[in-house]
Parts: sequence; C-alpha cells; structure tokens
Amino acid sequence: MKQLEYRHVTAARGSLLFLKGGTDAALGERVSIRDKDGTLRNGQVIRSSEQMVLVQVFESTDHLDIENTWVRYLGEPFELALSPDMLGRVFNGIGQPRDNRPPIISNIVRNVNGAPVNPAARAYPREFIQTGISTIDGLNSLVRGQKLPVFSASGLPHNRLAAQIVRQAKLPDDASNFVIVFAAMGVSYSDTQFFQSEFESSGVLRNVVMFTNLANDPTMERLILPRTALTAAEYLAYELDHHVLVVITDMTNYAEALREVATEKGDVPSRKGYPGYLYSDLAEIYERAGRVQNRHGSITLIPILSMPSDDITHPIPDLTGYITEGQIVLSRELHSKSIYPPVNVPPSLSRLMKDGIGRDFTRSDHPHLSSQLYASYTRALEARNLASIIGAEELSQRDQRFLKFADAFESRFIQQGEDEERSIIETLDLAWELLSLLPPEELSRVTEEEIQKYHSWEGGL
Amino acid sequence: MPQSMVRGGSSMGKVIEINGPLVTIEQPNIRNGEQVRIGTLGLIGEVISLHKNSALVQVYESTEGLQPGETVEGLQHPLSVELGPGLLGEIFDGVQRPLQKIMELSGEQIARGLSVSSLDREKLWHFIPTEKLVVGETLHGGELLGTVQETKTIQHRILVPPNQQGEIIEHAPEGDYTIEAVLVHLRDAEGEIQELKMYHQWPVRTPRPYRARTQSEQPLITGQRILDTFFPLLKGGKAAVPGPFGAGKTMVQQQIARWTNADIVLYVGCGERGNELVDILETFPQLTDPHSGRSLMERTFLVANTSNMPVVAREASIYVGVTMAEYYRDQGYDVVMVADSTSRWAEALREVAGRLGQMPVEEGYPAYLASRLAAFYERAGSIHTLSGDSGSVTLIGAVSPPGGDFSEPVTSHTKEIIRTFWALSKPLADARHYPAVSWIESFSDYEAQAKLWWAEEVDPAWSERRKQALSLLTQSDELERIVNLVGPEALSSKQRWVLESANLIKEGLLQQSALDEVDSYCAPQKQFALLDLMIHFYQQGERLIDLGAPVEQLTQLPENGKIRRLKSTIGNEQLDQLQAFSQQLWKKLEQIQAEYASTGEPQP
Ligand SMILES: Nc1ncnc2c1ncn2[C@@H]1O[C@H](COP(=O)(O)OP(=O)(O)OP(=O)(O)O)[C@@H](O)[C@H]1O
Ligand SMILES: [Mg+2]
Repeated sequence: MKQLEYRHVTAARGSLLFLKGGTDAALGERVSIRDKDGTLRNGQVIRSSEQMVLVQVFESTDHLDIENTWVRYLGEPFELALSPDMLGRVFNGIGQPRDNRPPIISNIVRNVNGAPVNPAARAYPREFIQTGISTIDGLNSLVRGQKLPVFSASGLPHNRLAAQIVRQAKLPDDASNFVIVFAAMGVSYSDTQFFQSEFESSGVLRNVVMFTNLANDPTMERLILPRTALTAAEYLAYELDHHVLVVITDMTNYAEALREVATEKGDVPSRKGYPGYLYSDLAEIYERAGRVQNRHGSITLIPILSMPSDDITHPIPDLTGYITEGQIVLSRELHSKSIYPPVNVPPSLSRLMKDGIGRDFTRSDHPHLSSQLYASYTRALEARNLASIIGAEELSQRDQRFLKFADAFESRFIQQGEDEERSIIETLDLAWELLSLLPPEELSRVTEEEIQKYHSWEGGL
Repeated sequence: MPQSMVRGGSSMGKVIEINGPLVTIEQPNIRNGEQVRIGTLGLIGEVISLHKNSALVQVYESTEGLQPGETVEGLQHPLSVELGPGLLGEIFDGVQRPLQKIMELSGEQIARGLSVSSLDREKLWHFIPTEKLVVGETLHGGELLGTVQETKTIQHRILVPPNQQGEIIEHAPEGDYTIEAVLVHLRDAEGEIQELKMYHQWPVRTPRPYRARTQSEQPLITGQRILDTFFPLLKGGKAAVPGPFGAGKTMVQQQIARWTNADIVLYVGCGERGNELVDILETFPQLTDPHSGRSLMERTFLVANTSNMPVVAREASIYVGVTMAEYYRDQGYDVVMVADSTSRWAEALREVAGRLGQMPVEEGYPAYLASRLAAFYERAGSIHTLSGDSGSVTLIGAVSPPGGDFSEPVTSHTKEIIRTFWALSKPLADARHYPAVSWIESFSDYEAQAKLWWAEEVDPAWSERRKQALSLLTQSDELERIVNLVGPEALSSKQRWVLESANLIKEGLLQQSALDEVDSYCAPQKQFALLDLMIHFYQQGERLIDLGAPVEQLTQLPENGKIRRLKSTIGNEQLDQLQAFSQQLWKKLEQIQAEYASTGEPQP
C-alpha cells in the first residue's frame, strides 16, 4: 500500500496540503510529494482522520495544482541514518548531503523526534568547562551537559562569541576534545561560511557535523532541523562516547517558522501570535541536552537567538529562559562602547554553576567571589546612573569608588581579546585585583578569610 | 503499518481522527472521564468529551505513528492513583507510573504504552494490625487497620478506603505481606464481602473526604528568614511563588522541600527541567532532615512531568500529586506539596482547550482557568480526618508569568486565591540578592496566627520587630528614590542611618544563600536573634545621632561587616556567641554615647 501514489489533494494553502482520508496516514508520517514537473517535495502528516489528511510541506505548496500532484506515504516518520562518517560532513535539515558527497548509508536509523529522556535516568551535570572567557568562566560557568543559550540581537557579535567558545572550550584537566554539531536555521550564507572557516582554521573541521538551512532554503525544514541535529548529537554522545558541543543558530528563525504553520492551521495564539505550545515545543529541543547515567558522552547545548527589538521579554527569549539552564545576554550598550564580548552581566545567569565550581572544580573562593562581583557591579551601575543625573563630581566618595570599579570591570574583566584565552585562575585573580578598588567593608559576600588572602586594598581615591 | 480492524465487542472502538494529543474515537458506551488504551502501542488516554457518535480522548503519551482505524479499548475507570506503602522515596510520572521501574524496562528514554503498576507488587511489608481489629466489630471508611513502617521515619497507617465500611469477618495477623494480600474481609450493608488490602485506588479529580476543616495555627517553618519571619505560611495554607525566569522559584521550593518542618514532602515537577529532579534525587538522600535527623529522602517523593514529556500528562500530574498528598494527610500527617510550575499546568489546560476549539478569553486561556485554579488550591487545608486525627496539606505553587508580567491571567487569578504571596523580583535576582523575594510586592494573610506561635515559642516581640524591619525597608525605598533624583546630599543624618540600617537588614537578614552550609537553614530562634540585633542596632544608632554622633562613626564600626556575616559565621546552635557579640556591640555604643553625652552637645 505504501508504494502507492495518490492523487487526492483537495486543497493547498501556504505550507499545508489537504488530502482525502482513507489512506490510514499515521501522525508524523513522512510523505513525498511530486508536482507536475516531477520535482519532489518533503512533507509530514500533522493531522489524520478517515476523511482528511493534513500534510505540512517543507518547501511550501507554491505552484502545486490540485489535479497534478501525487502523494506517496513513506510508512515511516522522519529518520536519520547515523554513522561515524557524519563527522566532517554538511547536511540539510532532513539529513540529505549538501556537500556533493554521497548520502550516509547505515543500518542505524533513528526517529529524529527522539523520545523524552526519563528524568530518573539523567545524571546531574557538574564538570566545569573552561571557555577562557572571564564573563562566562568567572560569572556564568558552563558545565558539561548544560544548555546555555546566547541571547543576542541583530548586529551583535554572537557568532564570534560562539566561535570563540567552540575554539577554546575544554575541561581544565581533560585532553578529550569536544565533537561539534553545528545547526543553522535561516541564517545567511556568510554566517555559515564564517563558522565553516572558523572550524577550518582551528583545525576541528573533521570533528564537526553541520546541518544548514539558509535564509533562502525551505522555511518549514527549520522545524525539523534542530531535531535532526540533536539526533546526530545523541548518537555521537551516547553511542560513540563523545562529549558533544551543539551550537544552534538562530532559534528565532525556528520559532517564526513554527508561528507560521500554527497560524496556517488556525491554532489559538497566545502571545504575539505564537502558539501556546511554543514552550513545550522548544523544550522538546532544549531538553535533549544533558548527561545520562552510565554513558560516557554528554551533550552541551548553546542555542543562539536574537531578541526581536532587543526585547528580553519577547516570547522567544522568555520561553527559552524558562527552559534552559541560564542565559548569556549580550548588550548593545557595551557593544557600542567597543567592548568584546559585550556580555550584559546582571541578566546573565548559569544555573548549573553552583554545582560545578568551588573547591573541587575551580577554586574555593569562586562561588563567593562571583556573587560579590554581581553585587558590586550592580551597585556600581547604580552609582553610574546617579552620576548621569547629578554629575560625577557630586557623588559621594563611596559612589566615586564604585564608578571607578564599573569602568575597570568593563574594560578589563568583561573586555578581552577574541583570541585571548584566560585560565580560570587568571580570571579569578583578575577579579580580586578589580575588587581591590573597593574597600573591604564593601565586600560582604566574601568571607573575612578570603579578603585576607586575596584582597589588597590600598586605600585610594 | 497495521490495517485498521474493528474487533467485535462493545468495549472495543476505533480511532477516527488524530490531532496532536487529541484523538477522536468511535466507541459505544464509553463514559466521560474513562481511561482508554489506544492502538497497537497501547497508548493511555482519558475521555474528555462525548458527542453523538464519537468521543474525544486526550492522550498522555505522544500520538506519533497512530493511524485512523486503530483499535481502542475502554478501561472502565477514571484516572486513579494507587495509594499504599511504597510511595515515599519514589519518582512517578504525571500519571503515577514509577520512573525508576520504567528505566529498568525501557532504558533512558521513556517508551510508549508501557503498563507498569505504580506500587511494587512483590515487596513485603511488615503489617501490625491495630488492637481494634476484632472480628465482629464494624470498620468505617478512613479508620485504621494497622501500620507498616514505610521508611525509617514514616509509619504508614493503613486505612479503610473512605467509601467502604462493614463488619469484620476475618483479618490477617501481624506478619509480612505484599500489598496484594487481603488483610481484612468485611461484610458490608448489602451482605457482600469486601476485601481490604494494604492499598486502594482513588480517582484523582475527586478530593478525598474528611470529617471537618479546622483552623490552621502552626506556621510552616522553612528555615528561610524572608519567608518565615516576613511572609509566613501556615500548615494547611496555600502559597504562590511567582517570578520571571531565573528569579529563584525552584530554589525557594527546593529549600522548602529540604528544610520544612512538615512530615511529608511531595515535589511535583510540572513542565520544568529534568535536571532539577535529578538534583533532588541525587542530593536528598545525603541530606538530613533538621527535625528528625534522618535522610530527607525518607519523607520525600516526586511526581515528574518534565517540559519535554507529553503535555496532557502535565495537566494530570497536579491532580495525581495532590491526591497522594491528601492520602498522607488522611493518615494524620502534615504534608507539603510544592508544584513547579502551575503555569505549565495552566498552559496544558490551554492547549487542550485550544484544540477543542473552546472560546479563549484571556491570552488564549479558557474561561474556566480561574475556577480550575481555585478548585486545585481548595484541596489545601488543615482537617480532622474521617477517623478524627488531624492532618494538613499545604500547597505551594510556582507561577511563571510570561515576560515576568504579574498582570497575566495565571498570576492574577492565583493571587486572588492564595493567602501567602512570595513575589520574586528580577532586579533583586540580577544583583544576586537571593532569595529574590520582594518585600514590597509579597504579602501574607497569616501573620495574625503566626504571631501567636512566635510569641509562644520564640519571643513576644516578634511581631513588633517584624513591623519595624518592614517599615525601615519601605522608608529606605522611599529615600532611595529621593537620592536618585537629587543625590545623597539631600538626606539628613538620620535618613542616611535609615538607609544604612535597611541595607544591613537586606544583606545580613534577607539575603540567605541556599548554597551556604551554615545559612541554608536558619532556625526560628536564630531568625529572631538576628532581627532583634539589627533593629536594636538601628535604634541605638538613631539615639547616638540625636546626641550628635556622625553617621560615619557608626558605619565605620568594624561590626558592620561582622553583623552582615553572622548568618553564616554563627550556627543555629551557637546563639550564645551571637549574644556575646551583641553585648560587646552595645558596650561599644555605650562608650560612644558617653563621649557625646559628656561633651553635652546634642544636635537640635
Ligand atoms: N536562595 C538562593 N541561594 C543561592 N542561589 C540562588 C537562590 N535562589 C536562586 N539562586 C540562584 O538562581 C538560579 C535560578 O534560580 P531558579 O532555578 O530557582 O529560578 P526559577 O525562578 O525557578 O527559574 P525558571 O522559571 O526558569 O525555572 C539558581 O540556579 C541559583 O544559582
Ligand atoms: Mg524553576
């Protein structure tokens, strides 16, 4: 039966194709659609009844006509063939090669949707990853198996930051390198080119699998691409024992594709036209990061998204923040001051940091120190704000000190070179050096012993 | 894929449409609320509406691969949970399937259509009948049959199911039994013989009966100063923790789960992260309950429908949880259920409503959102059980407002229902002021009752000190606004002292790191001692300023730094050191006072 081709289209609208029922189409089943020119398109059953079948067509239904469209049900969901040969290759959203090389042939084939990981089977991620970037290592530490997105906006250097992380990420005392899965949705050719040449020049290209869907590629394919990429990541991590770093960009394009289909289907919108299930849908992707018991590998996930109109309360960053284990937020203000990486410290957070730093992982003063930096820097930003109202000269001596701290913190701690790789100890020592601009009585988050050991207040100002 | 087939028999039906988690079936004689098993995979679902020739089913598992024409079997009972020994220490999914067992069966990913019983059928429990278990006597619903030691700390009281009663015909002697063993034979009013076992089933959407509601009087101690001292909750009360992402809702709830003085804690992870549950599973067994001194896991159990697990089971998970909580309440225990997050539950409700084509009223939510929320929180309470014991269920729900906007439907409706509101603030969280509970937006309606307990158990001045501290905090917020307009010079010395003292309270009292070994749990006595010290310091300082002492002289005292650190330098058992510290401080202040009093230059 599945070999049959049906000519039973009843209507087409946007990416949706309405077909007559009676074919026992399974929910999620993959379909192949042939138009009058013989060109094939890919689709997926998203609703099925005895009377009617609804198919979502990745390449959209443009130029299809009702009479001359043939549909074949493939009898299987979207699946990905998996093999170690994927490393070094480039694929599209459904796993077809984009690099003019042969397709992957393998008897290991997985449904790209996966199945939910049993929470009882997870292992808590706690191994500190050194990225060499002070704002991450010192203040928002990443651990192996974490999902930590970058909240960016148009024109900000999120790609350069992601590339730097990929280049520098390592465990302080572990030689085993990360394998990288790179997933791009709706990004420009030059963006993917940037990553490709980054991987090439750092010599990791042989350890990278790329899944790309460019800005002019079929929109709906973006809905399946991150799932395909994570299926590959799971295979590399749990079957081939690799520590996998997954970079997905740009999740905003993903969510927009989702909104597009939702609107076509007439789903009830919640905020800004996004469907109510955007949260669960994003979670199906993000929750695939992690560690599981008795498996050597891990999946660390760094999704990049751009905040529409720089708005962190927009549904896409908002729901992402509710799912992921923290976020690195980039700031236009710092960027315009030419500070790289322009990490906006106060709203950034790593939730898994608390279990991955300190005596056993980095250094015993790290937890208190990072909390102190947050407290002092937010206090310093208040002083700066006050200075902008009443003038810096009018500030109390105390506020002037904080003002000085704010500037030094931004230009020396946040700011660093794109090739500058600071060890965690360098980062922590630098932090103490900067805190030494403040008198000890301003530091209540660190202990008196830590002050004695690391702080060197020399008066001043 | 299998061809459609319709087997005879009235309990079998077939699938006619699949639309995400909603499946339309054709099945005569099916009832609303009935559980069904669908297709070759055996997916479990629940009938949510009936039409002329069809019924609509919400399926607790992914419907991927399901085809029209597949068979459906009615299971003839509504969604129910098994209640008996073996719940504690376990982690269940949203429809009470044991996740550890499932892992043994299907590995790290959850397979679909598994049928596993919630409670272990093989395990032997040592049953001790009560003395009242005598042939010929009558047993009523909710009465005690006997006990089983469920964990080292918790004795499980085996009760007659609420809706059964009759004359004892026969009963089992003390001994080791599985939960399937019949412990008592009853003859009911119709003369039928009823078998009572160690467990029974209860439909989750029906609240379990009790004799009467009682007035809650005991505060629920959590060891968190901003909660216990400033915005108290009572055992049997209802509370909500709203806040934007990353503000600390989960941490607040985990801290409560760790340190509360309740007997049993149920943690419901509803649409949140898998790792947060693992965190509990990995750390709780190692932590000791400050009240019993035993491993925390012995009194804790979990329900988990993480954000990547099927949405429909998320809706069920809250009811599955609260029913189990009521069951321990009925045994005479104080139970706390924390639900993280009720917003995800509401969204699950919205999703199903949307697919049903129900009219959305606000932000896509159906009109019945408020009444469902109210009905859920109504299951909290302090009660007399059917057998006359007292027990309570305290409900604490996290709320995750989109964009952190508290005016959205779930937050605003919840706020009307609950009595304690712990509002988390993004600016506080950004400054890593944890717990980021806002002293402006939070409230507690239970202060009057809590006051009696604190006066009795800790200190009669509690209520007074609390008010003084809150007033200092509001004054200082006001003053900060002024400073931000015109600069600090505009403030008088006394006003600057208010700012300093409020800061001291914020840093030394309100901030409490969950990660600090000493400060993670702060006993009520220490909470009061710190509060008392800070208010006293403020008052003494104010007097000195009146006498002419400059504020700097007070703020430059090295004690300022020490007071801020007392919370983590002095343990709950070392209050005498705190006492000694205060004495020294007062002496120092007296010296300063002497200085100014002798120069006799009090300021106007
Ligand atoms: N009392 C506390 N002590 C120390 N750290 C805290 C405390 N409360 C929160 N934090 C820090 O804040 C982080 C975020 O807290 P949490 O995960 O509880 O936020 P949340 O409100 O539940 O967010 P979400 O809605 O996204 O789940 C924690 O990982 C921890 O680092
Ligand atoms: Mg949370």
